[in-house]
Amino acid sequence: MANVFTRIGDWVTERAPNMMPTYRKHMSEYYAPKNFNFWYYFGSLALLVLVNQIVTGIFLTMFYKPGAATAFDSVEYIMRDVDWGWLIRYMHSTGASMFFLVVYLHMFRGLMYGSYKKPRELVWLLGMLIFLALMAEGFMGYVLPWGNMSFWGAKVIISLFGAIPWIGDTLVQWIMGDYNPADATLNRFFALHVIALPLVLLLLVVLHIAALHEVGSNNPDGVEIKKKKGTDGKPLDGIPFHPYYTVKDLFGVGFFLILCAFIIFFQPTLGGWFLEPDNFIPANELVTPAEIKPVWYFTPFYAILRVIPSKGLGVLAMFASIVLLFLVPWLDRGAVKSIRYRGRGFKVALGLFAITFLLFGAIGAGKSAEWIPAIFGANADVSGIEMHFGWFLLAIYFGFFAFLYVYTAFGYEKTKPVPDRVTTHA
Amino acid sequence: MLKHMMIKGLVLAATLFTAGSVSAEEGGGLQMAQTRVSNLASVQSGARLFFNYCSGCHSLKYMSYSQLGEDLHLGKDEVLKNFAFTGAKIGDQVLTNMPGDNAKTWFGNTPPDLSLEARAKGPDWIYTYLKSFYLDPSRPTGWNNTVFPSVSMPNVLWELQGTQRAVMAPAKAGEEGHVERLEPASPGKLSPAAFDEAASDLTAFLEYAGEPAKVKREAMGVWVVLFLAFFTFMAYLLKHEYWKDVH
Repeated sequence: MANVFTRIGDWVTERAPNMMPTYRKHMSEYYAPKNFNFWYYFGSLALLVLVNQIVTGIFLTMFYKPGAATAFDSVEYIMRDVDWGWLIRYMHSTGASMFFLVVYLHMFRGLMYGSYKKPRELVWLLGMLIFLALMAEGFMGYVLPWGNMSFWGAKVIISLFGAIPWIGDTLVQWIMGDYNPADATLNRFFALHVIALPLVLLLLVVLHIAALHEVGSNNPDGVEIKKKKGTDGKPLDGIPFHPYYTVKDLFGVGFFLILCAFIIFFQPTLGGWFLEPDNFIPANELVTPAEIKPVWYFTPFYAILRVIPSKGLGVLAMFASIVLLFLVPWLDRGAVKSIRYRGRGFKVALGLFAITFLLFGAIGAGKSAEWIPAIFGANADVSGIEMHFGWFLLAIYFGFFAFLYVYTAFGYEKTKPVPDRVTTHA
Repeated sequence: MLKHMMIKGLVLAATLFTAGSVSAEEGGGLQMAQTRVSNLASVQSGARLFFNYCSGCHSLKYMSYSQLGEDLHLGKDEVLKNFAFTGAKIGDQVLTNMPGDNAKTWFGNTPPDLSLEARAKGPDWIYTYLKSFYLDPSRPTGWNNTVFPSVSMPNVLWELQGTQRAVMAPAKAGEEGHVERLEPASPGKLSPAAFDEAASDLTAFLEYAGEPAKVKREAMGVWVVLFLAFFTFMAYLLKHEYWKDVH
């Protein structure tokens, strides 16, 4: 038997001589730092969720019927009459939220340990492009069930393009293919959601990983393991990705899947956070939901729109809040990568930035209506307080980027000495 | 028994995890429906109530009679005799005979399909709504509801519940008075406790109709989570074994 496999292997190698070197380069001889901690699970988990979305998505496509008259019914058909349809649909809807959860944690990891810094700027940029594509993918997927929140969410989000001077209104109609989100909108979103954007996402993910493997992974100490090599030419602090990190990630995958299974089997709507109650009502352009809000993963950005009264400025600020993330590798001039050895100012700033992001998430999700009366009494001016507090948060959000540049470019940061070798291993 | 306790434990854990958001969605003033879709007797009783009191006007267009029979452990003849008043066949959807245009003339609104009512409004809303009708001569039907003010629907369960009247809170200057609480006006066929149970059963039935797979989903989930826990434990051992030689 073994002989057969060897011969097949030889036959393939003869015709594709680069196959094994590719495997070695990316798996068995890809040397990863041995000190990865908890924060380093989220890259492989994001890949796992991507595969889940594609596989469950293929099965959903077999039964889903795009079209304003058929979409909602076909989703209920999947939930009720298709064998295991409910499971596939919940895996896909839960997967969408989990995708953003792991991607946000993955991005925060990058900020903490300076994974965006030279020589990994390209990895960061490709990652940011993945994030953009993912946002488009998530938004369009959310529209497909054609519930009432799908319709109104689409109307609000697409109308943001109307803020662009001169061409705004024409652009909005061009995107929708109608004067309102309608049959044409749904069909083009279906095409983009199941073909165009997944192709873009897959390509970007391949490039993201390829770019990473060119320069090697960063680690919680921010030490370049390639600088200290043994006599065999292998990094002293590196271990082959396979089998060490494949088995470690397998453990992480198990833990992550338990969490996902809890949600899928016991709380598939997660109390309205993953699947919103208003989306169990068919799209109706005559009935506006009590509160139009996007799913949780867009709420931090949506909050920026909410707290800025001018639509044009709001859209501009929201756009800037994402563009600035692209520029982080050039705003941060500090030589030290990891938060472990960076100045106190950086630690405080990143902490405030993270808290601001979460608070924006709460504002975008409409939590002010509950929290502000609880804090300031029942007669509090909810929208006024929300707006002024929102401006304060805006100052912190954008201040983070300004601070990062000033703090590092003019030598205010007092860093600690970075060790030569990594300090811990799991 | 053990399986039942495990389900409870898991559901409790999951509920705690989302408790904050659940209460947020449901808002103030709603009473807990305390339904269990896995309680077959309760869902069956709810189905009887639905077909006797609701199905004249409200459809369940995503449900078929055959699926109802299968899920509620009822035979074809039982389903047709007790539920299918419209002359429907066993494979048909649960529709109503009421012409939509007439309904609109009679009630001001076409009675909505209730297949997904429990998913859109939540069980607690339905339960509280069913219990919150009161006599209001200013409304065309003579009925109003504290959960759904100016509702088009009359209280179809009044025979069972009896009638309630509103006790108004004293109006503040410049504001209209609002209903402070409801008090019984005349008794119905059922005691208040028995009516609460009937409302809860009806809610459980609509919760089932909103997601027929729910019972199966939760029963399966226990085994999936147990398997994954075992898998994770094995993966941990494997990781531990491989990483022995990393120093």
